[in-house]
Amino acid sequence: MSETIAHAEPVAEVDLHVKHHFATAAQQMDADTLGMWTFLITEVLFFGGMFAAYAVYREMYPQAFAATSEFMNVKIGAANTVVLICSSLTMAMAVRASQLSKRKDLIRYLFGTLIFGTIFLVVKGFEYHAKYVEHLIPGKYFNPENLAPQYMHNAQILFFLYFCMTGMNAVHMIGGVGLLTFLIINAYRDKYNADYFAPVEMIGLYWHFVDIVWIFLFPLLYLIGHWHW
Amino acid sequence: MSSNANAHSHVHIPKVSTLVIVFLVLVLGTAITAEVATIDLGEWNVVVALAIACTKATLVAWIFMGVRYTSQLTKLFCVAGLVFLSILLLITFSDYSTRGWTYHAKPWATNKSLGLSK
Amino acid sequence: MATTYTTTPETSAEEPVNYLNVEHGWKSWLFTTDHKRIAMLYLFSITVMFIIGGAFAILVRIHLTQPQGLFPPEVYNRLFTMHGVVMIFFFLIPSIPATLGNFLLPIQIGAKDLAFPRINLLSWYLYIGGAAFAIFAVVRGGVDTGWTFYAPYSTTYSNSYVLSAAMGAFVAGFSSILTGLNFIVTVHKMRAPGMSWMRMPLFIWAHYATGLIQILGTPVVAIALVLVAVERVMHVGIFDPNIGGDPILFQHIFWFYSHPAVYIMILPGMGVISEVIACFSRKRIFGYEFVAASSMGIAILGFLVWGHHMFVTGQSVYTGIVFSFLTFFVAVPSAVKVFNWTATMYKGSVTFDSPMLYAFAFIGLFTIGGLTGLFLSTLATDVALHGTYFVVAHFHFVMVGGMVVAFLAGLHFWWPKMTGRMYSEPWAKFAALLIFAGFNLTFLPQFVLGYLGMPRRYAAYPPEFQVLNVLSTAGASILGIAFFIPMIYLTWSWFKGPRVGKDPWHAKGLEWEIQSPPTTFNFDETPTVTEEAYNYGPLEEHPVV
Repeated sequence: MSETIAHAEPVAEVDLHVKHHFATAAQQMDADTLGMWTFLITEVLFFGGMFAAYAVYREMYPQAFAATSEFMNVKIGAANTVVLICSSLTMAMAVRASQLSKRKDLIRYLFGTLIFGTIFLVVKGFEYHAKYVEHLIPGKYFNPENLAPQYMHNAQILFFLYFCMTGMNAVHMIGGVGLLTFLIINAYRDKYNADYFAPVEMIGLYWHFVDIVWIFLFPLLYLIGHWHW
Repeated sequence: MSSNANAHSHVHIPKVSTLVIVFLVLVLGTAITAEVATIDLGEWNVVVALAIACTKATLVAWIFMGVRYTSQLTKLFCVAGLVFLSILLLITFSDYSTRGWTYHAKPWATNKSLGLSK
Repeated sequence: MATTYTTTPETSAEEPVNYLNVEHGWKSWLFTTDHKRIAMLYLFSITVMFIIGGAFAILVRIHLTQPQGLFPPEVYNRLFTMHGVVMIFFFLIPSIPATLGNFLLPIQIGAKDLAFPRINLLSWYLYIGGAAFAIFAVVRGGVDTGWTFYAPYSTTYSNSYVLSAAMGAFVAGFSSILTGLNFIVTVHKMRAPGMSWMRMPLFIWAHYATGLIQILGTPVVAIALVLVAVERVMHVGIFDPNIGGDPILFQHIFWFYSHPAVYIMILPGMGVISEVIACFSRKRIFGYEFVAASSMGIAILGFLVWGHHMFVTGQSVYTGIVFSFLTFFVAVPSAVKVFNWTATMYKGSVTFDSPMLYAFAFIGLFTIGGLTGLFLSTLATDVALHGTYFVVAHFHFVMVGGMVVAFLAGLHFWWPKMTGRMYSEPWAKFAALLIFAGFNLTFLPQFVLGYLGMPRRYAAYPPEFQVLNVLSTAGASILGIAFFIPMIYLTWSWFKGPRVGKDPWHAKGLEWEIQSPPTTFNFDETPTVTEEAYNYGPLEEHPVV
């Protein structure tokens, strides 16, 4: 790649986005990317502990776990999964827009991701409320209708894991919504373009990761037993 | 254009069509997962569900997250995270599956609850 | 025992501009992003936590001078728990990485700072936040579950401040994760030109391996603590046998981190020892590649052995066999290091400066600690030794005789670099010997006690064990006093010690090529590395002061 550009300016151009301890913008981008992936690995292990607990208890109490599926609304869960997949698409489109310096598209797609994410959280909120009303919260008041008595105890384990795992996912999504808001404000102020889009890409990675967690949670929590349309 | 533009020459910008196709596959996968759960395949239900979930996750990582175009190091990091997660899952699981090999060690397998009171 | 350091005569009243004097005021410290200042913030904080943890240790040992104990059992349970929680989560885990690692890692690879300086500062604030939770628990009466927070006692039956202590450990865990993340990215992406992986100091290899453990293991204990906290608050949970839960699952998730955690604690210490031995033998580390590989080996193998803490708690005996077998393997890389350090000293020009005294102590005490670990990793003998003072002695040998001693070695070795001043060598030698003597008197009797069957975490013991317990307490008193001595002379030297130049020890490494103390950005221009690490060359006469 031959450099044919003559630098007419006598003063070297300083890229204000490159922090002082990095030699080049490329080095900073590489470091940011590796840093975000390293953080995502910690998240894999964080959620992984709960997945380990789930795997162990499902093996121990398969029938009790299967019996809980009738209390899960599969249609809503599936729809919510699609909502989250939509948000991943809009997020990927947002990153693409920032790489192409398309400010308006960037703002639109970020906003779209925010909307989808919020829809997901609102639906989750309704689901939680429904569980509360149906006495499905483990503990003293756990009293699901028509659950076979021999599963009363062990089913609580599944519901505990349901609330912990989807709850932790929701907490991460709320954080993601906050980060998206931050991105939208900055995008509005025209801070991102082809030279500097790292924050959009990094937050995008985080958002996709939270989606991946849900991709596993849906079948594992909603589809243990069988269901009918 | 600042000289830093060259620094980003290695950035791969995905095609819209690629992203949309992946999106459609993911939605289809969700529908298939839900549909297969209406059929009784015994133990294979969870295998099919997890296989589809793994495929969906891989697509999100490979295309949406851009792992396809990242460095070897990043790919190694992804794999490493999964390897250590599987160490946690496999060895912990091996405890529970082999407890029954010793007399009386698997009380839950008699289908009696461990509960002390109803 | 000639000392080898050189000091610069005080020619002018002016000190060169360095990271310490470039700015003044509390804001310049609390909002700093300079890795060196953050290292000093950590040094101060972990010293405070060490004193708190040490105070609990002294109370435990005083209690144990009497067979029926001095304090009520409920109080005793809180004393040893708080000793463990504070020392492990708030002293040992951060210790070398957050202080010496933060200070030296960028400099040794020729970088101006870590990859993410603001995240570095955040990690210190998280540490302080976690410490606040822990101190709250202390002040309100402590926790009595043991530092291991086993369910169902921690989730259901304990009446102590489990939630605060667990949240303290949780928050401090994120501090650790961010430090590890920073180190890993820095080592991958910010090495100076010419600094290939195989030219890095072994101190860096050790911290890289430690960083891997921090990011892979800590999140798992984080979720374990969250699950305990939720169960405690909701009065129901997945470890509750009433609904079919298994308390041993908590142990699996807990020890998946807590075993590799002990390697977080020791690997940086081993990195320090490599540096100190190379310098004070004036020789390249024997088998550099093997020592580097052994750090990685310990980090990876360390994740496969956690069940050796659970041999007798109800785990499947077949899984126990597998864990026992794998645990033997993890001893091998540690042994590789010990052999290589010894081979480094062979035909080297060895001097006995205080850092080197600590290094000698480390090799001896860590070897004993490691070998006694093998008794515990053998499934059959562990049945008798589990839960006894043999275990207590084992882990104190590796953690105190190993890690704390290595920390002191590193602190002394790099003190002139970090502060620009030299400490009093006679006092340092005296303290090192006193610490060695006090330590052995404290913990050797505990091996015997464990062998004889005295259980750990018990507030009372049979009267025939009293003599050994009193000996142990005598040792602990000496050790406690001995630990204060470096705190005093090091602090004194900061203000009044003789100034030193770039390289008082005539050591090799990029940190010895910049001024003491370093400037904020370490290097005026990025160095280019052309030689191997520890390129000490043929042995030559060194100046004697």
